[in-house]
Amino acid sequence: MTYICSKIQTIRLVVNMPKPFYTYFVAFLMVSFNTLYAKTSNTKDGDTPSDLKSEIKAYILHHLEDAHDFNLLSYKDKTSGEKVYIGMPLPVILWDNGLKIFSSSKLKHGKSVVQLGENHYKLYHGKIYKTDAQGTITYDDHHHPANIKPLDFSITKNVVSILFTALLMFFLFRGLAKSYQKNGRIAKGVGRFFEPIILYVRDEIAIPNIGEKHHRRFMGYLLTLFFFIWFLNLLGLTPLGINVTGNIAITFCLALITFVITTLVGKKYYWKHIFWMPGVPWPMKIILAPIELLGLMIKPFSLMIRLYANISAGHIVLMSLIALIFIFKNWIGSSLSFVLAFSISIIEILVALLQAYIFTVLSALYFGFAVEEEHEDH
Amino acid sequence: MEIPAIVGAGLVVIGVGIGIGSIGRGAMEAIGRQPDATGKIQTVMLIAAALVEGIGFAALFAV
Repeated sequence: MTYICSKIQTIRLVVNMPKPFYTYFVAFLMVSFNTLYAKTSNTKDGDTPSDLKSEIKAYILHHLEDAHDFNLLSYKDKTSGEKVYIGMPLPVILWDNGLKIFSSSKLKHGKSVVQLGENHYKLYHGKIYKTDAQGTITYDDHHHPANIKPLDFSITKNVVSILFTALLMFFLFRGLAKSYQKNGRIAKGVGRFFEPIILYVRDEIAIPNIGEKHHRRFMGYLLTLFFFIWFLNLLGLTPLGINVTGNIAITFCLALITFVITTLVGKKYYWKHIFWMPGVPWPMKIILAPIELLGLMIKPFSLMIRLYANISAGHIVLMSLIALIFIFKNWIGSSLSFVLAFSISIIEILVALLQAYIFTVLSALYFGFAVEEEHEDH
Repeated sequence: MEIPAIVGAGLVVIGVGIGIGSIGRGAMEAIGRQPDATGKIQTVMLIAAALVEGIGFAALFAV
């Protein structure tokens, strides 16, 4: 126990509230404030329903995408008619024959053209393009912008969330590890809650799948993966409007890391069983090898798609149900929609944990295949 | 708004529903036979349900 926890790095948070109250309070905040946050635009009374529906659609799509600034709230100012954003602009870092750094407040949410030297940049549908002084976007045949895109290394909302989660995990688990040193194998502090989960990951996920002999090598990665995905999923349910694991690039990277680890750790027994399996007549071997190669690629691909689709579909459903509150403008419809949205939020909290668990279990399974020892029945 | 896409999406959801329902049925029968293996059966049921759901979501997104 001490060895495992000494390898995990986190910090102890001192919480003065009694533990069950804190959990319920946080859970209630997470699911209830979603509906409060949903009121962001002051539509006039004469708006036709089609305007409301397309506005809701644009709002949902905007939530699913990444953004160059950390917006909490935006509304249309009644007197001046402009949109007011309450949030924090994040730095934009571009590589365009030289490093260009500026604040995303200069982009003005896609309305203005930023000038740096003789280069002009404009934000269009969430991506930064290189334009001329007027900010023209030329379209190609499929109505996609054909301007050059400089390499974008900005600190976007997703990057901030990932950094925040990494720091949170670091401090949380380091505190747990340090409390073992101070209190002699007994955990104290908020980290106590995570100790049975860590043991569960070791005893029920790692050892049955990878085996007693090799599981220590992979414990660091499996634990990091589990808590990383779990915390990011939970963060996506808060009213901050962050959607990290619902971004296919991020789940692609997680699945890629799992794939790279299985490739690097694979023993000769593993590769032999994929490409040149013993005990099978040679025509069958030649037929089966491409199918097995395809299976090798499909396993991480399905990991990526499963997490991405579950989380982003959950967000879309939840936001559509919240939007339903505003489409029904009477007492019964809106209150029933609120109850439905609340129930779906509860289910989404379960899905957050379940998807982290599934990703970890399947990664452990693939690692287990890769380091399997040879046994005598062949 | 194409009709084949809508029909396809509906078929996918029917498939996922039948799949997860039969996983649940197998799990309940197994728990009925051996109530003290409930923990392990629940775990395996959740894993299998997530795999079926993964295919369902992938197909829905493709559609």
